[in-house]
Amino acid sequence: MFDLLANPNRFKKITNKLEPSLLVISLLFIIFGLYFSLFDSPKDYQQGDAVRIMYVHVPSAWLASFLYLSLAISSIFYLVWKHPLADLISSSIAPIGALFSILTLITGSLWGKPMWGTWWVWDARLTSMLILFFFYLGFILLHNAFERKVDGSKSASVLAIIGIINLPIIKFSVDWWHTLHQPASILKFDGPSIDNQMLLPLTLMIIGFGLFSLYLIIVNVKTKLIEKKCEALILKLNLKELL
Amino acid sequence: MNPKYKRLLILFLILSILGVATKLVLMALEENIIYFYTPNELKKKYGNVKNVENKIRIGGLVLEDSVVISKNESIFEITDKKDNIKVFFKGQLPDLFREGQGIVAEGILKDNKLIANQVLAKHDENYMPPEVADALIKSGVWQGEKKK
Repeated sequence: MFDLLANPNRFKKITNKLEPSLLVISLLFIIFGLYFSLFDSPKDYQQGDAVRIMYVHVPSAWLASFLYLSLAISSIFYLVWKHPLADLISSSIAPIGALFSILTLITGSLWGKPMWGTWWVWDARLTSMLILFFFYLGFILLHNAFERKVDGSKSASVLAIIGIINLPIIKFSVDWWHTLHQPASILKFDGPSIDNQMLLPLTLMIIGFGLFSLYLIIVNVKTKLIEKKCEALILKLNLKELL
Repeated sequence: MNPKYKRLLILFLILSILGVATKLVLMALEENIIYFYTPNELKKKYGNVKNVENKIRIGGLVLEDSVVISKNESIFEITDKKDNIKVFFKGQLPDLFREGQGIVAEGILKDNKLIANQVLAKHDENYMPPEVADALIKSGVWQGEKKK
């Protein structure tokens, strides 16, 4: 089954059809999401207008974690099944995930100052999120650190897989330990504790961010495929000249 | 064995060992990971010790009717519904500070009172419009946080 998806030509065929519609749909979700978040959703009973930061902060945090999971899974495919396309996918996901994790940290900081009274504290949730950002950075650095590309791909994949352990820590940090960060509002056993009028823009933004990242990843992978082709062509030309 | 499955098995083994190791480390470091103690936990940890020179953080709810704010000092009590601790604080209180609100205060313990140098507000995981909060409190479904 994986061989079916791992064929670069088939990948291109499928994604060529998906790409334009993905971009349009994701932008629609984000535009409507932003409209509702900023203009057509109620203030919070405690936080007032500052709650609107949530509509960027929470989707970014979810995407940062979800993309990390995808990064780790495609790294497993690369290490175990040795699919070259899986490595291209991992290295395409990493910068986008890094972006979302830094966005989470920045928006969280901007939210923390007016609400908590501090930009940053070393509580378990904030620290584990920072560590997630470092795992992304480590992956990107390792991936580019070797003369032989295969070495970089392999060691970066190992790092990505080790980082999986951080994901449950991020998710449950607010339940396992006392933190300044509040516990989960949406994904919890007794249902979301967030008003529907606020859940709507949040859902739109999460879907929008998700589809937009998928679009970016596809563009990234395609660019890398073309790069590989160019490298191969140059190699061929050089060989011909030598002969 | 098929080399693919061998690699998968090795990965799985390494991950489980790492997982267990992480769990153990986190358990051992629990005291450093928790961001604050509740008054009750503090009492359990320090027993009858009344002065702690190292900085500690205490979290809980601001006890109702305990807040006295004068020109240069705020005095209030933090409660976890079992024990209370009196807090003295000279700085600017966060906007969300009010009776019944979750807060975290950092400072040194002196004669069983916290001389705080920082007070942070902790907000809860409930998000709703003010009208909904009012309606819920009115109908008695939810007690809510006390208004300012």
